[in-house]
Parts: sequence; C-alpha cells; structure tokens
Amino acid sequence: MLPPPPYSTGITIFEICADPSQLNGFSWLSCYLTTGKHMAFYQSFGTVLLLLAITAPTALAFGFMGAAGARSRIAPLRWIGKTYTAVVRGVPDIAFFLFFVIALDQAFEYVRHRIKCPDWTDAIRQGSDFIVCQAAKLPLGNSPQWIHETYGFFLAVLTFAIVFGAFAANVLFGAMRAVPHGQMETGEAYGMSHRQTFWRILVPQMWVYALPGLSNLWMVLIKATPLLFLLGVEDIVYWARELGGTKTPQFTDYPHGDWRIWYFGALLVFYLLFTKLSEVVLERLMTRLTHGQATTGGEAQRKGLA
Amino acid sequence: MSCVQTIMDYGLRSVGIGERLLPRTDFTLCHQFTLIGSGMIWNIYFGLFALLFGFFLATTVALGKGSRHFWLRKPSEWFIFIFRGSPLFIQFFFAYFLFLSLKGVNPMFDAFTSAWLGALIVLFLNTAAYTGEIFYGALRSIPKGDIDAADAFGLSGWARFRRVIWPTMLRLAWPAYTNEAIFLFHATTLVYFSGFPAWQQRGDALYYANYFADKTFNPFVPYPILAGYFIILSLTVIGSFGLVNRYLNRHLPSDRRVKLKIRPQIIR
Repeated sequence: MLPPPPYSTGITIFEICADPSQLNGFSWLSCYLTTGKHMAFYQSFGTVLLLLAITAPTALAFGFMGAAGARSRIAPLRWIGKTYTAVVRGVPDIAFFLFFVIALDQAFEYVRHRIKCPDWTDAIRQGSDFIVCQAAKLPLGNSPQWIHETYGFFLAVLTFAIVFGAFAANVLFGAMRAVPHGQMETGEAYGMSHRQTFWRILVPQMWVYALPGLSNLWMVLIKATPLLFLLGVEDIVYWARELGGTKTPQFTDYPHGDWRIWYFGALLVFYLLFTKLSEVVLERLMTRLTHGQATTGGEAQRKGLA
Repeated sequence: MSCVQTIMDYGLRSVGIGERLLPRTDFTLCHQFTLIGSGMIWNIYFGLFALLFGFFLATTVALGKGSRHFWLRKPSEWFIFIFRGSPLFIQFFFAYFLFLSLKGVNPMFDAFTSAWLGALIVLFLNTAAYTGEIFYGALRSIPKGDIDAADAFGLSGWARFRRVIWPTMLRLAWPAYTNEAIFLFHATTLVYFSGFPAWQQRGDALYYANYFADKTFNPFVPYPILAGYFIILSLTVIGSFGLVNRYLNRHLPSDRRVKLKIRPQIIR
C-alpha cells in the first residue's frame, strides 16, 4: 500500500486562523481542532461507522449460511458449516485478522494470475517472494490512491465479516435449535417439504431466540473496530497516534507536546458512549419483540401491566 | 544447523536468553516453531498473573456492585462499565500514553511503560471487570435456601460469606469464568500491537508469527503454528479449570454436577 496522501494544513475554516502563532486560548484551540488533518480524523469516525454498517449485514449473511450449512442434510455442506463455526474456537481472533488480510489478498491475486496470465511458467512463491504478473496485481500498480484505500477497506470488511460470520453462525445455529420442534412437525404434517419448513416456519421464528446473542455480538463488533488499525486502514487509532504525537514548530503551525493521552482518552469516551447508546436501543428493541411472546420476558411484562 | 541447535539458540529468545539476532533469511519450520513457542512464554505470563490478581479484585468488585451502600456500589459499577464498555485495544493505548506522561513527572513510573508491568496492569484491571460482572451475576443467583440454611446454623458475617456465599458463588460462576480465562489468554496477543514496545524484539507469540509472515510473505505457515499453540493452551486451561470445577462440585450427586460448557471465544 502507498503512503497516505499529504493533507494540506494551509486550508482553514475561519479567517482568524491565518496566523496561528498570534492566537491563544480558546481561539487557538478552535483553529487547531479545525485543521485539515483534524477533518480527516473526524472523517475516520465515519470510516468506523461505515465499517459497522457494511460488516453487520455481511457477517449476518455469512453466519446464516454457516448455520444453515451446519444443519444441512448433505454431509459435505454440514462438514463445511461445522468446521466454519468451530474454527474460531481456541484461536485468538486477532491472529485471524492478521492472517486473513494477507491470505485473502494473495488468494485474489493468485486467482487473477491464473486467469489473466495462463502462459506464465515461473513459480508464484519464490523463497520469500510472492510474484504474480503485472496484470494480476491488486490493485493495479497504476491505479489512483483512492482505489488502493478502497481495496484495503474492502479487505478489512471481508476479514471482519468472515470472523464475525463464524460468531453469528454459532448464535443462529443455537436459535434454530431453540425453535420448538413441534412447529416443524406441524409443517411437515401439512405436507411441506424440508425446504418449505425451513423458510416458512423455522426462519421467521428464530429471530426472537437469536436477538440476545446477536445484540451481544453487536457490542463485540463495536469493540473490535479499533482493530482496523492493524489491517492497515487509516482509522481513528491511526489518526489519534498521528495527531497526538509531539509537534515541533518546524513542521506545523500548531506546535504542541505529546497529547496522545488526550486523543486516546477521547476515543475511550467515544466507545463508552457508543456502547451505552447501543445498550439502550437494543434494550428497547428487546422489550418490543418480547411483547406478547410466550417467554419468561413476555410473561414478566404481562404481570407488570396487570 | 540442526533443530536442537535452533531450540538452544532461540528457545528462550523472548526473555532475552540465547541468540540476540533474529533469523533474517532461510527461515526453516524449526525456526518458526521455536520462536513462536518462545513467545508463548509472554502470553502465559500475562494471562496467568492477570488471572491470579484479577480473581481477588473481581471478588471485591462483585461484592461492591451487590452492596447496598451507595459509595461502594457506584465506583464498582463505573469500574465494570468503563473496562467492559471500551475496547481493550484502546485501553492499552491509553494506559501506555498515560504511563508515558507520568514517567515525565516522576522516574518512578519508568517500569510502567514497559510491557511486563504496564500491560499486565491493564490486563489485570480488564479481567477483574469482566470477572467481577460474572461473579456479580453468580452472587445474585445464589439460591435463597442456601442463605436461609446458613442463618439457621447461626452463621453470619464473615463466617457465612466464607463458608456459604463464596463457595456457592464460585460454583455457579465457574463455567463462565473458564470462558473468561480463555478469552484473557487470547487477549494477551494484543499487547505488542498496542503501543507497548517489544524491547530488543522480545515479543509474544503473535509478535513472532507476524514477524515471520512479514519476512516470508507467507501467512500460511506461522499463523497455523500460532493457532496450534493456542489450541493447546486453551485445552490446558479447560483441563485445569475442569479439575477445580470438579472440586467445587464434589458435594453434589454426580448427576447434578454442572459440566463445563466451552463457548466460542469473543473479542473484547
């Protein structure tokens, strides 16, 4: 990946920020917090939210396929599903992150190499090198910076989805088993096929059972987002380290000491607020979903009303 | 160079004994197995000590959260919320830069900026918060009859806690606590990726696995090795916690004993 593009520090929002050395106190701070680099820092919060917005449904889809596979009547599909859900046990997830981001990249380049350069005779792995032909490189050597960044982000999303898909598969597998068996039998008694009972009876009913596990997973996913930094994406951790470090007057208009502790303190508060907000929203969702259900929660609600 | 020689040279590399320079070319499988295994020393060190110290703080925090006194309850609730509500990765970074600033004030904090102490403190507080929540849940689900029986025997205060409440709490919490222990060992891999420097390239297992993956550009060897080591470690944790579990449940008839159920691990 290429180094990040230089961000111009000359662009300022307020007129008074033209000469920062003349400023002090609050006006200095307000100018400092609106420099181009700080704008990139604020944007990286958007990157985190975007990652969450894309990863959550993708991981759910992966998880659904994994859980459905683990229940399948076809043995090889069942083995794949079971292996996928079991593979996350016992191994640190950060190892998965570091592994997948390189492994996926090499897998894509390998496949493209096979397709685009079929008459290439040299071995791809030569000692410590991984060599594919120019046309198979991802992204292509001459593509602009934003494609490099998007490709990096795409790899990160895919890695997150694979790891969290395995977690979600476990939750959904449990939820599918929690649906009362009598429901499925009734479906079969009405002459539905295996596929029909799965889609018409099992899937609509499993969500209530899956929600506690999935909301737990959502909290975990939020807390996993700083790992984006390890995958080479310029996320909030990257910018907090970058902006917080000691700045000397030669390189910036806003010299300051080592402020990284304040930046990371801010990130800490951001995550605490985000988890608290999610907790409140998920609590409400659960209250609505349990309303009128024949579960302990639903019963407690009914008694509370009476 | 034979594999025995490699093990002699690099077996204790992560704690600074043996060959100083890491291999730079001609990485053999033996190199990778030895160095990644050597790094496991740090993972075990962090996990073991954090668990040991964290256990006592967790009991305190759990009792605090269950307390009726405002000034005992609120700090415990906040402690648990802060450490469970934020990513461990950010906690590591924050603690490292905090210790770095403190070092500027007082040289006494010198040792805190190195991983062996600074990261251990973060892991200790973190696991205390997670375990505290588990113990709190267990405290609340102690059967009322057990407490009534203790009262009937004339036990109160410390004796009641020591003989009835605490053992029952541990028994109820043990399966969840086993999972927590496994997560904690996995979380130790974050240490050297979060600010704390690996002094003279003395790192943990993931640090060396990452080193090999970077140098050979082949992730398909070092990471599976790492995975193998961690699976062995997890099985050891499950085994030893299982022994304690059997001890805690020894008074129950064998069909009512709780079996340990290991759920898949989850990031913190």
